[in-house]
Amino acid sequence: MMLPGFPYAMPVEGFVGGLLIGLAAALMLLGSGRIAGISGIAARAMMLSKSGATIPAAWLFVVGLLLGALVVHVTVAPIATEFPPSTWMLIAGGLIVGFGTRLGSGCTSGHGVCGMARLSPRSLIATATLIASGTATVAIANVIGWGW
Amino acid sequence: MREFVIALASGTLFGGGLAISGMMDPSRVRGFLDIFGAWDPTLAFVMGGAVLVMVVAWAVQRGLAKPYFASNFKLPDTQRIDRKLIGGAVLFGVGWGLAGLCPGPALGALIIEPISAGIFVASMAAGMTLYRLFTA
Repeated sequence: MMLPGFPYAMPVEGFVGGLLIGLAAALMLLGSGRIAGISGIAARAMMLSKSGATIPAAWLFVVGLLLGALVVHVTVAPIATEFPPSTWMLIAGGLIVGFGTRLGSGCTSGHGVCGMARLSPRSLIATATLIASGTATVAIANVIGWGW
Repeated sequence: MREFVIALASGTLFGGGLAISGMMDPSRVRGFLDIFGAWDPTLAFVMGGAVLVMVVAWAVQRGLAKPYFASNFKLPDTQRIDRKLIGGAVLFGVGWGLAGLCPGPALGALIIEPISAGIFVASMAAGMTLYRLFTA
């Protein structure tokens, strides 16, 4: 299905994938009693966080992320990707995202999915802020020649 | 043991969802943030679907004394909206907009684009380590 005016958008695939993401977070919440916040789980896997899932569980979650991607890649459709053209963008982006998620206690999954659905004021404000900041960054990047 | 099964199953569902939704494509995520350019609203549908399921999950959670397969809920109880929260979210947005990547898609994409995703993930790990050093 196409969205009028947005030829590249994938509303149906997006929504279906979103439902799966929601199920993943629901399973973690109702099964293990924890938030499926990926930045927190990643930090835990690297033993950079004092609280959270056990370290083997954090690693298994990360392995699952790769496994889920592989299953879709092989059985549904090859995953199309276009990465940033410059290595420095990957390095700078990674550094800033890594530091920022720890400082702000969460990312798109923890604040954006779990916290927003819980109507947590912290998460609502964090999500609005990170989208506003991301939007401003892309707009500025386009102007100064870092767009891609 | 049950914790391990849930972690692997949840991660796999999450990774599959990110892949199906197109969110493992950094240019598509960047497109969502490019509201003054060729805006791609897909991410809003992803967020909508995920939040919809989680709203139900939270409603179920409120009726439970404990999770189904663990002894108690371990949920964030911080209410404070402070400079750390805002500063962290602002920084996150800068990196997210620059590279079109956030932690989940970057980790999942390691299996299909190991070099590019690997550079991002290694840098992200370095950023997390820096934070740990600053706050230790």
